[in-house]
Amino acid sequence: MVIKTEPFILNIGPQHPSTHGVFRLRATLDGEVVVDVEPVIGYLHRGIEKLAEGRTYTQNIPFTDRLDYLASITNNLAYVLAVEKLAEVKVPERAEYLRIIMAEMMRIASHLMAVGFFLNDLGAMMTPVLYMWREREKLLDLFEMVCGQRLTYNYMRIGGVSHDIPEEFLPALKRFVAEMPGFIDEYDQLLAGNEILLVRSKGVGVLPEELAINSAASGPVLRASGVKWDIRRADPYSIYDRFDFDIPVGSAGDCYDRYWVRVQEMRQSVRILEQAIPQLPEGEVCAEVPRLLRPPVGEVYGHIEAPKGELGFYLVSDNSIAPYRFRIRPPTLINLTALKDMVIGWKVADLIITFGSIDVCLGEIDR
Amino acid sequence: MTIALNGEEVAEKIRGAFPGPVVAADKAAVIVTNQSLYQVAEFLKNTAGFDFDYLTDLTAVDYLDYFEVVYHLTSLKHNHSLVLKTRCYERGKPVVSSVVNLWRAADFQEREVYDLMGITFEGHPNLKRLLLWEGFVGHPLRRDYL
Repeated sequence: MVIKTEPFILNIGPQHPSTHGVFRLRATLDGEVVVDVEPVIGYLHRGIEKLAEGRTYTQNIPFTDRLDYLASITNNLAYVLAVEKLAEVKVPERAEYLRIIMAEMMRIASHLMAVGFFLNDLGAMMTPVLYMWREREKLLDLFEMVCGQRLTYNYMRIGGVSHDIPEEFLPALKRFVAEMPGFIDEYDQLLAGNEILLVRSKGVGVLPEELAINSAASGPVLRASGVKWDIRRADPYSIYDRFDFDIPVGSAGDCYDRYWVRVQEMRQSVRILEQAIPQLPEGEVCAEVPRLLRPPVGEVYGHIEAPKGELGFYLVSDNSIAPYRFRIRPPTLINLTALKDMVIGWKVADLIITFGSIDVCLGEIDR
Repeated sequence: MTIALNGEEVAEKIRGAFPGPVVAADKAAVIVTNQSLYQVAEFLKNTAGFDFDYLTDLTAVDYLDYFEVVYHLTSLKHNHSLVLKTRCYERGKPVVSSVVNLWRAADFQEREVYDLMGITFEGHPNLKRLLLWEGFVGHPLRRDYL
């Protein structure tokens, strides 16, 4: 007797714990093997690009919080840097340092989430996440101290930042910076040599270097594939050229490398914080900028190395109070381009961890 | 520091390679004709010295008289960048050649421009709406939508 088989379609999501938000993967399966996958998105589309065309440059800052809501401060930073480039605003020195300090804290917080949930996807249910959240909580407390918010900070302003830091902030941050390397070591000891982690993630979901570049992957996904490209170094913005840090690069481009690169980047962020804190100068935290900013006619593309990749803003000004065009280059959407090539031939469980290792945030994919 | 190439110099080299594609060029950008876009993109990607291997960003702007499709190209090898543009004056059915064959990065971004701006990318293997649902009427990012 001949057994006839045919591929079938499995919808993973939009409501599913491993899709990290309202995201649908339309997977074609042959038994348990993935034959094809197509991301279906748009469930969280709020039309931010359209909304922003009707609001002033300053009013648009809170919208950027709602892109990648796990890294709102870096989103703020990317946007205000683009506007400042367009309107040629000079930022006070103290504000520059505060921006770097906040951005690097945000990177650590975002990577903690990424690493924790990656392990969650592997089946290490909630224990690693709990440890990661213990550290992230300290960062959220610090952010709350500065601007009163724990998720959508709306901290950056065109020309600086919204608040100066309170007295108790620096001692608490110093304590965090002193403790954090020890915690990363602890996690590393717990996880990096764990056999289950290694077996499940080494060699799985490989993104070759050439394809990573061709599909414009960025951030840890690109670096895990062996490309030494970090915008903080390649095209330094703000005052990143004053700090000494390494760019961790993977070699295999598999899920393990993406995990490893994020852990190493947390160490480098701590290094940047260690250098920035003693250099923090006194002075103003925001330049004098008109409330209704009218940048000259023109266009600008500003980009930064956000925790998840290259976040860019392409703004077109017609000398009115609102941007004529407000385009967001979303790193995680573009990182998903090559997902199909990474998972074909692997099993469903590997699809879940490969998707998890890209570290997506649906607020940013759908905008 | 990523060096932004001077558009005028790049335009000169494109003119040297084949005649007629450049409409205008200034320091910031090169604007090429709609028909020659794919040819120019291929030239910029594969010519030694340019090596634009990384399509950072692809988007479109509606200027009411015309649509402008904007390509931000980067070369990771030389660490330089260029802004390439093309214009569509046909508001009813604007068409641009797809560059997916050159840069896979264009896949979702062209679908997004098609979805929100209503520009068709000829040669795209799977051109359908990305963010809005099938059956949605109109293209919301056009300036005359609301």
